[in-house]
Amino acid sequence: MSSHQQGKKQRSRADWILLFVGLVIGSAFGFWATPTILYAEKAQPLQFNHKLHLEQVSDSCKSCHSLREDGSFSGIPDIKSCKECHEADSPMGDGANEAAFLEYVKKDKPIPWQVYSRQPDCVFFSHAAHTASAGLECNKCHGDHGQTTKLRPYEYNRLTGYSRDIWGTGPLGLSGPPHRMKMDDCAKCHDENGVNRACFVCHK
Amino acid sequence: MVIDLDKCTGCGACSVACMSENNIGVLHNETDKIRSITWLRVYQIDNGKAFPDTEVAFIPRPCMHCQGGKSGTPGQAFFQEAPMDEAAHPPCVSVCPATATDYDEKTGIVSQIPTRCIGCRYCVAACPYHARYFNWYDVPWPKGTPRALSPFVSPRMRGVVEKCTFCYQRYQSARNKALVDGSEVGEMDYQTACTEACPSGAITFGQLQNPKHKVHKLISSEHTFRLLEKLQTNPKVYYMSKREWVRKMADNYVTRHNKFAQAAAQGGHQQ
Repeated sequence: MSSHQQGKKQRSRADWILLFVGLVIGSAFGFWATPTILYAEKAQPLQFNHKLHLEQVSDSCKSCHSLREDGSFSGIPDIKSCKECHEADSPMGDGANEAAFLEYVKKDKPIPWQVYSRQPDCVFFSHAAHTASAGLECNKCHGDHGQTTKLRPYEYNRLTGYSRDIWGTGPLGLSGPPHRMKMDDCAKCHDENGVNRACFVCHK
Repeated sequence: MVIDLDKCTGCGACSVACMSENNIGVLHNETDKIRSITWLRVYQIDNGKAFPDTEVAFIPRPCMHCQGGKSGTPGQAFFQEAPMDEAAHPPCVSVCPATATDYDEKTGIVSQIPTRCIGCRYCVAACPYHARYFNWYDVPWPKGTPRALSPFVSPRMRGVVEKCTFCYQRYQSARNKALVDGSEVGEMDYQTACTEACPSGAITFGQLQNPKHKVHKLISSEHTFRLLEKLQTNPKVYYMSKREWVRKMADNYVTRHNKFAQAAAQGGHQQ
């Protein structure tokens, strides 16, 4: 036997299994640890039941989130819109959440919502082009946000400060429509539908 | 865009309007013109003659949004005009290693995306019009002033290049309104800040290809020229002057490349 062959260790089946198990554990730890390290959470100032409100209003999402006449999007409604139905001295529910909400109504103070879909400053997004013109449904990008009964914690990237996703996401983006907030997702849909993908279409 | 140099008094209102519209900051030392930023700069030229015959002209210079030989779809386009030469190209776009600037073949706008820019300044070197500016410093916004910035234009950070965008944010909002109304973006729905600010009405803005727009008629005038036309950058900013020395000084009178001179020589303009 040459010295070369002597130096070579035979790998047993147990060695390979150990390697595989090690890889699995390592990857699992990585998949768990990376988002935990990268993203931080903030609680919303109040809880909000989208499902309940959707049942009360006549014009679905548009009842509160509408396009203005000048083509801009109203986004999250201000406290004035809330006051169209809610009155400070007549709570429609009970509990601490309703009481806290009525404080805002009483003082006419805007609610400091954490906006999941808030885009970086360099992004121009036109709701008019996507909903009024292209006819996309809200849930194409916002998922089942309108059907939820409570708000999940707001997650943001510790480095950039940007929201993690528009509404919920599974590992590897496997759960339903893309809810991440990546330029690739925008570009992919633009490509598939033959939409102009010059920089200034979405950037400012 | 067409700028009538005989109407321009050099007041600089266009520059001021531009800086205010596009969140351009004031640096610690604005006298350092190598490093300060003016998207729309007003240059002064004179005919070089002694006193009684001295004449002065001012040349406001935004980004020219060079089309080069890039193709486009004239019907839809906001600025498109027929390409001059297939080999020509917008000088800045072709040198950008980060694809931070591109030529939109639908609107004819040369974009600049500061968040993508790596600050190599190739484009600054390539631009024959000096229309591109590098952010040497972070803007020292005085306390409270950031609240007065326009939310429709993203302020730039130190280390990136910026330039005139033909107030693209105004096009975006005009387009949004048109989409909601179900109408088209009209000539007066989209005007740049400099056009609106000019007190003598020297700047005219619109679709070069659209016969209904004023600019379309203006560019067929025999007094029209473009800066450094011989470079075949095919700019979208046209200048007008009835004074011959002004037109000559714009380095335009290389008949070989001047389609207006050619058209005039052939006895009539084709466009």
